[in-house]
Amino acid sequence: MLLFYLFGAIAVGASLLVVLGRNPMHSVLLLIVSFAALAGLYIGLEAPFAAVVQIIIYAGAIMVLFLFVVMLLNAHREDDAPGARPGLAHGPLRAGAVLALLLVAELGWALTRAGRGEGDLLASGPGADPAALQSVRSLGNVLFTEYSLAFEVTSILIIVAMVGAVVLARRES
Amino acid sequence: MIPVYVAQLGMVLAVFVMLLLSAAVMVYSERKVAAFIQQRYGPYLVGPRGLLQPIADVIKLMFKEPLRPVAADKAIFILAPILSATAAFAAFAVVPFGGESTFFGLLDEPIKLQVADVNVAVLVVFAITSISVYGIVLAGWSSNSKYSLLGALRSASQMISYELSYGMALASVLVLAGSLSLTDIVNAQQGAWLGFIPRWFVFVQPLGFVIFMIAGVAETNRAPFDFPEAEQELVAGYHTEYSSTAFMMFFLAEYINMVTAAAVAANLFLGGWHGPFLPEYLGWIWFLVKIAAILFFYIWMRWTLPRLRYDQLMQFGWKVLLPLAALNLIVTAAGVIYLGN
Repeated sequence: MLLFYLFGAIAVGASLLVVLGRNPMHSVLLLIVSFAALAGLYIGLEAPFAAVVQIIIYAGAIMVLFLFVVMLLNAHREDDAPGARPGLAHGPLRAGAVLALLLVAELGWALTRAGRGEGDLLASGPGADPAALQSVRSLGNVLFTEYSLAFEVTSILIIVAMVGAVVLARRES
Repeated sequence: MIPVYVAQLGMVLAVFVMLLLSAAVMVYSERKVAAFIQQRYGPYLVGPRGLLQPIADVIKLMFKEPLRPVAADKAIFILAPILSATAAFAAFAVVPFGGESTFFGLLDEPIKLQVADVNVAVLVVFAITSISVYGIVLAGWSSNSKYSLLGALRSASQMISYELSYGMALASVLVLAGSLSLTDIVNAQQGAWLGFIPRWFVFVQPLGFVIFMIAGVAETNRAPFDFPEAEQELVAGYHTEYSSTAFMMFFLAEYINMVTAAAVAANLFLGGWHGPFLPEYLGWIWFLVKIAAILFFYIWMRWTLPRLRYDQLMQFGWKVLLPLAALNLIVTAAGVIYLGN
């Protein structure tokens, strides 16, 4: 329980600093810290596999790409980045506010439902038993049988994104 | 009788000190083997046969002036070498180096010769490797120097590219052993076929072993894949602006990463501490012999093969190594299903 609060506090604190910080490079690093704290929370939930995969994929692979982009843009501070404005335009601000409200509402809904013990995806599926969840074998079984549609749709999404990136990159020549 | 938790703490300390010493041994043997290959003497003045040379090197480095470029990002510049060294040490925590032992009756119950027995140990090693990229990338960026930045960019793209083949070669061993725990994988290689061929995975997975070794060399930034510090083009790459103890930490991290990579390869493919002729409680000797053989191979390769060109590196990684690794994984998985273990 102590570890839960420790990792939770790190995750929330680091995430806040990511948003509030003025230095993009420091923001990227703090996001990595936040992801690592999430991995700590997964270990607390007795899901070491999820924790390690969180580190490999998010903290390892994806954030390296983020770092790459920030490094190449060479924006040392948000203020002197090219095209920086003193404040955000009203359009993006409104859209952001709507999305934030939506997220809070969804979170609240999910939390109240979880509190009453319904709507829990894992409570009904084949991976209901948390001891089974930590085993890679059962995770794989669930992924390729019960949730195979979601799995395939996700992979198509990723392929589309990859093809799009290649097309964008090749357009110049 | 010594309580178990004291023994565990002792193990942590012992592994830490051994890793530090292994870096010193590696520096010395690297210079001696290099000298042998190039028909020189190598270090021979400090101590008998130059054996104290690493200590002299450390003392020299420690008394150098710590330099920091004015335009460097101070916090990250200091953080980067610490991150590198920490990641290097952390990865070894889950590597087992022997079976269970009571240390000649000193303990009531036997403990495993391993700092932490995690049931996803293989993935932990992989995760820490992927984190160790940051030490190099941040060092390169925070130095605010073009050579450092180029070195860091190369290192990051190289490590991301080869990580995939590394992971796939690893996965084919996992499929064979049916476990993510390094201890289980090692124990799956116990015994021998026909009485004399050890049941090491290298004989079942020769292609996987080759892919794993090549990708391992790329992951540890060793020649012929030492682009991050290609001295002819980049002065010294990502650590150009570092001096004194900060430089020493990068140096240390590089050698400890090699030792860890060799230890993992020995566990995954060469049967870890299992081997003929020696009783079980002396298994760690086999383990050390295997690590030493792999490390010698690393050094041998560095002084034999010239550095690849950067486009060759990427071509080889994506168009040769990755398809081969994927094919190897599919064939292995099919074989395991078809033959039913």
